Amino acid sequence: MTELATYNFAYLDEQTKRMIRRAILKAIAIPGYQVPFASREMPMPYGWGTGGVQVTAAVIGPDDRLKVIDQGADDTTNAVSIRAFFQKTANVRVTTSTTEATIIQTRHRIPETPLTAGQILVYQVPIPEPLRFLEPRETETRKMHALEEYGLMHVKLYEDIARHGHIATTYAYPVKVEGRYVMDPSPTPKFDNPKMHRSPALQLFGAGREKRIYAVPPYTEVVSLDFEDHPFEIQSFSEPCALCGARGTYLDEVILDDKGGSMFVCSDTDFCEDRQAHGHCGHLSANPAEAAE
Amino acid sequence: MSDTPLLKVNAVSKFYGSRIGCQNVSFELWPGEVLAIVGESGSGKTTLLNCLATRLAPSAGSVEYRMREGQFRDLYRLSEAERRLLMRTDWGFVHQNPADGLRMTVSAGANVGERLMAVGDRHYGRIRSTATDWLGRVEIAADRIDDEPRAFSGGMRQRLQIARNLVTNPRLIFMDEPTGGLDVSVQARLLDLLRGLVSDLGLAAIVVTHDLAVARLLSHRMMVMKDGHIVETGLTDRVLDDPQAPYTQLLVSSILQV
Repeated sequence: MTELATYNFAYLDEQTKRMIRRAILKAIAIPGYQVPFASREMPMPYGWGTGGVQVTAAVIGPDDRLKVIDQGADDTTNAVSIRAFFQKTANVRVTTSTTEATIIQTRHRIPETPLTAGQILVYQVPIPEPLRFLEPRETETRKMHALEEYGLMHVKLYEDIARHGHIATTYAYPVKVEGRYVMDPSPTPKFDNPKMHRSPALQLFGAGREKRIYAVPPYTEVVSLDFEDHPFEIQSFSEPCALCGARGTYLDEVILDDKGGSMFVCSDTDFCEDRQAHGHCGHLSANPAEAAE
Repeated sequence: MSDTPLLKVNAVSKFYGSRIGCQNVSFELWPGEVLAIVGESGSGKTTLLNCLATRLAPSAGSVEYRMREGQFRDLYRLSEAERRLLMRTDWGFVHQNPADGLRMTVSAGANVGERLMAVGDRHYGRIRSTATDWLGRVEIAADRIDDEPRAFSGGMRQRLQIARNLVTNPRLIFMDEPTGGLDVSVQARLLDLLRGLVSDLGLAAIVVTHDLAVARLLSHRMMVMKDGHIVETGLTDRVLDDPQAPYTQLLVSSILQV
């Protein structure tokens, strides 16, 4: 593509992208620190991924291959719309395959297939401040981050144990990045927290409404907070995926009928379909004859 | 009592524009000593207390505090991080309204445990047993540990606030009208409890109150303030039984006799 064709590439104007890139660079330089940025109006409502879209638009180039997932799935409304948006405004190649993608924009999941060096994972973040529900004042939470006063985060975990007997926080589970900043990993299930630790991929977080960008550079230490006598643990599922038979993946419950029937399937659709294509099957897999109908 | 003071206050003044908050206040506080600051409303008691507790920067003067390591530090030259660490470890601040000093939406146990977690305790069982112990010491039943302070009566809230402040074994407690708004029988029990804790733990305390009876019960020494100035200072019994300054005489004679 000529230089002129990439000018004002991917929806945002060059000045805006420059501003966002500066915020991203700062965020990478200070892992886990929330960098304020001048979030723009995007052609979608707040809460639908305006932050993630701006980050993606700022880092995407004509040679990139984009994958968009929502709750792990490539075929949900939000994922389809954002993918179509970048196809239209940037004319980039898109994919549903985790391994082929160079940029993956995600809401609520990290793909099951391990990410590799050179890939960028862009998270859509609704509320970037992990201390927000405990301390409503922004002036105070900023001071707490600056002075590394994170006792309050453990008050929340204490409350969980006092009430439920175990840490009941299952998503947006707070992590400490590189031994310094406490960060909200966006509403991903805590199942995905260990995948952030020393990941070879660059992880960028964009919160459009709250006007914050933060980042976890490749190979950065990400530790989930816990108590010595109540260590962090991820969710486990008693049965394998009903379609591909995978164990140790994050499963969604899908209601099958109105008589209480349900099945558990991988929330990562690409991972599940890839396994099925390779001949793995679960107890509810369609046999080839039924699939042809 | 040791022979070096814990707190040295040197000519502290606070002005609100041209209005005087408090002016030229100097005194020293020794470890284990309870000092009452009394006076009518608007006399500058709370301004002075906030200046001492670094919640308010004074316009002039200095306050020096003897740190746990033994050296004196000027409180207004501490870094923000040091100041906040001091406030949540070596100091306590008991507000008149417990809602200002408590987290009303987290359980009593977490309220007491917060300071422990803030200084790095990461063992749930230990935090909880310390919290249970402190609730017992302030006469809150152990089965209320998971209740929110919203479900507590005024007196219980105030006792919880005291437990929350004392859990890190502070050496100095600031109290702003600790019994304000409580009825007399609850007040009496709270004062009893405070007296016991102060003498058991060897706490130093600065208590601001307009209630001379509270000052008499709790404090060893008292300062009487009027219009931002200290008009009289001395041992509590001496000041109350033989007031010298005309204003103190007026104050003492204004006590309602039942």
